[in-house]
Amino acid sequence: MDWEIVIGLETHVELATRTKIFCSCTTAFGGAPNTHCCPICTGMPGTLPVMNKRVLEYAAKACLALNCEVTRYCKFDRKNYFYPDLPKAYQISQLYLPIGRNGKVPIRVGQEEKIIRIHELHMEEDAGKLVHDNWIDQTRADYNRCGVPLIEIVTEPDFRSADEVIAYLEKLRSTLEYLGVSDCKMQEGSLRCDVNLSVRPMGSSELGTRTEMKNLNSFKAIARAIRYEARRQQERIEMDHKKVVQETRRWDENKDASFSMRSKENAQDYRYFPEPDIPPMELSEDYLAELRSGLPEMAQARQARYVREFGLPAYDAELLTETRALADFFEATVALGAPPKEVSNWMMAELLRTLKEKSMEAKDMALTPKTLAAIIQMVSEGKLNRSTASQVFSAVFDDDTDPAAYVEAHGLEQISDAGLVEETVKGVLAANAAQVAEYRSGKQKVFGFLVGQCMRALKGKADPKVVNRTLREQLDR
Amino acid sequence: MSLLELTALELGRAIKAGEVSAPEATQAALEAIEAKNRENNAFITVLNERAMEEAEAVQRKISAGELTGPLAGVPLAIKDNICTRGVKTSCASKIMGDFAPPYDATLTEKIRAMGGVVLGKLNMDEFAMGSTTETSYYGSTKNPWDLGRVPGGSSGGAAAAVAARECWYAIGSDTGGSIRQPASYCGVTGMKPTYGTVSRYGLIAYASSLDQIGPLARTAEDCAAILDGIQGKDPRDSTSLDAPSGTLLAHLSGDLTGMRIGVPVDCFGEGLDSQVSERVLSVARTFRDRGAQVEECSLPIMEYVVPTYYIIATAEASSNLSRFDGVKYGWRAEDYTDLTDLYNRTRTEGFGSEVKRRILLGTFVLSTGYYDAYYRKALQVKAVIKEAFDRAFRKYDLLLMPVAPTTAPRLGESLSNPLQMYLSDIYTVSVNLAGLPGISLPCGLDSAGLPVGAQLVGPVLGEQKVLNAAHAYQQSTDYHTLIPAQQGGVR
Repeated sequence: MDWEIVIGLETHVELATRTKIFCSCTTAFGGAPNTHCCPICTGMPGTLPVMNKRVLEYAAKACLALNCEVTRYCKFDRKNYFYPDLPKAYQISQLYLPIGRNGKVPIRVGQEEKIIRIHELHMEEDAGKLVHDNWIDQTRADYNRCGVPLIEIVTEPDFRSADEVIAYLEKLRSTLEYLGVSDCKMQEGSLRCDVNLSVRPMGSSELGTRTEMKNLNSFKAIARAIRYEARRQQERIEMDHKKVVQETRRWDENKDASFSMRSKENAQDYRYFPEPDIPPMELSEDYLAELRSGLPEMAQARQARYVREFGLPAYDAELLTETRALADFFEATVALGAPPKEVSNWMMAELLRTLKEKSMEAKDMALTPKTLAAIIQMVSEGKLNRSTASQVFSAVFDDDTDPAAYVEAHGLEQISDAGLVEETVKGVLAANAAQVAEYRSGKQKVFGFLVGQCMRALKGKADPKVVNRTLREQLDR
Repeated sequence: MSLLELTALELGRAIKAGEVSAPEATQAALEAIEAKNRENNAFITVLNERAMEEAEAVQRKISAGELTGPLAGVPLAIKDNICTRGVKTSCASKIMGDFAPPYDATLTEKIRAMGGVVLGKLNMDEFAMGSTTETSYYGSTKNPWDLGRVPGGSSGGAAAAVAARECWYAIGSDTGGSIRQPASYCGVTGMKPTYGTVSRYGLIAYASSLDQIGPLARTAEDCAAILDGIQGKDPRDSTSLDAPSGTLLAHLSGDLTGMRIGVPVDCFGEGLDSQVSERVLSVARTFRDRGAQVEECSLPIMEYVVPTYYIIATAEASSNLSRFDGVKYGWRAEDYTDLTDLYNRTRTEGFGSEVKRRILLGTFVLSTGYYDAYYRKALQVKAVIKEAFDRAFRKYDLLLMPVAPTTAPRLGESLSNPLQMYLSDIYTVSVNLAGLPGISLPCGLDSAGLPVGAQLVGPVLGEQKVLNAAHAYQQSTDYHTLIPAQQGGVR
């Protein structure tokens, strides 16, 4: 039988506010345990939450960018459950009036376009972390993450493959990153995803029994977990003739398998009720209009514009818009007068490679558009040859050193003295009489060797084109 | 006259005039506490040395002209559910252990800014749940008018300490009558202000949407001065109101000319003790004599208020008290086998039975399948109750009601029948549900010599009207000056 996979996603995204959602503690990742917390985020008796307005702004922006209807009068609710990483024993979340509903996210897989519907988007606080110390066999609580603001984005069960899920998550990540509301770092847990998956016979319109998978820490893990779980469910139905049990499963990346955590029968009753400590929030039309007008141009729109305005190939445009920091860097460099295609080439070749080597993200780099523009200009003015320029780029990347000063300090300026080049070429030919004879007897291959010898003698600083020309003149004489 | 018989404002004036010093007043109060606390158990914690140090520091500031408020240097005590930095704050519960918060409540900060000297922390019903102060882990407080009777609750320690002249005023909290009812039983003046006028930051929550801090004192005038110091918008409490504050005492007036006072007939029916009824109605006559227009009116909500209150309050309590799980602070059970066992044992052994009863009730009304029938319905009824008060206040400036159906019951009488005890909250809980200001005024004694209280309720932010009427009544009567027999007064 042919099976269809049906998936819905719940994605938690940490918002990139400076401070926590209900207190003024830092949201910075890491830090020694229990150093980023206070009586409020650790839920000490008598303390009260006060809403961080920036969280509301970021969540509303995310709603607008994901085409959600924004709830004009929204409230928080309490989700009650006992767990040591949740110091108040309730999470302040939204159930009855989430800030966003009925969103739409267009995705593309291959040539196919599709709309993923957003069921709701709500704000909530993150919980702390439990760390098990095997040495002393104790579990310890770290409350640093308590109260870091989250949005949870819940889709309708609109996905039919792992590829669609990944395309959606990439779109989501790009959108939120462009908005500046989250840095979406999966490895730091600022984007986390639960996968609700069921299978059904192809053509059926009824939904099968679903399972929910947690602990998915990378796109790769998500794709593997989806394939694993779909196969598990199909085999259970087809081969074991059993029903799928509605349950929560934990993905174990090392074992490449998922394991049951708890079944629906053991599901908790969260006893949601309206949070009495935080008054309802009203979002005025004016406020939303202001946010709407401030929304940045998103990746897709920029790609189209780069192709249209700058004549870049679609492939370049896609790579350059992968993150907002990268795209902004590109545009700023072009705005300084550098030719767009030249900037694109530099970024795709040198900049992206360097970032990858250093495992860095574009937004964290020191290099400024001004510096890249200056290097490009020096090349176009003949002051640097391409390979020396590449060397200069690597040298100034970390500290954004002034490239002109660096070139001068290291004597890297291109040799434009034709006499010196001719002199050097003559010297090389004289020193390599055997190769010259070979060349003259028709072995053209040796030409490259001679070019190399000349460049080396010129310490790499000559314009390779001039060296080529001079060498040929001398040889063909 | 003894120093301890002065009102808070009288003592404040004497300190300002240099007739008495803050340390002298503090010393006198500490001696009174030493003498009386053994029998009435009003205090959980007495801050002997710390209070004296505070008094000396405050006196230096008064002498230097840095503290000039009307209550500068006047010693007071604080209910033990309000956080005091470095001082045990127990909520009268075993589960809190020796918890001493590393922070002050906003209230505590404001008291310090007023030049208040904190004598200690007052006994109460466990987590403010109860009407008798008998649910305290630290033993019940006794009513200074009759040590065989309860002082009321949950701010029973506060009312008893003020009545027994152990301090000049006290700070309590009122979720369903917890300031007004003990004030009534102990013959003191106690006020619950409009919800949101006193910050709740640092008040350990019972029912967040109903809890409100307020004063218990000798007179309405004292209450006005205290509220001036403790009210105000607090950036740490988003439910706090941005209302004008600090002018209640300055605008206090006994002139009732033209004031319209409604007496809801619905509050004077079955269940109300005839002597209490008679005393409360006598207040109406005093108001009329002083120029107010007093007439009967209708407040057709009384049968709904108690169930609505107990659903909302217990639902919120079940959530608010979840954090006391033995993991982070306070008391933890011994010999647990795993995490669930740690939770179960700590909460089973750490909470008293009234608290557990309310947690269970609140957990039930929020459960899937019951939420709509109970909690959601209660929120709807709450809106109806508020609307009924709004309607009444379109016609009247104030409403005059009883505080409690009876005078103070004997120790041990109430807890055996919790439902009966809940029903006795009928005249006070509606005021919390509607978020209104209400005051309890001593209005005489019953035939057993026990104080009776009358309640004045005003519209939202109608504190000035409430206090003016109360002040007018206290200008015409001297019930608020009566001192319990044990303290060498009447009887």
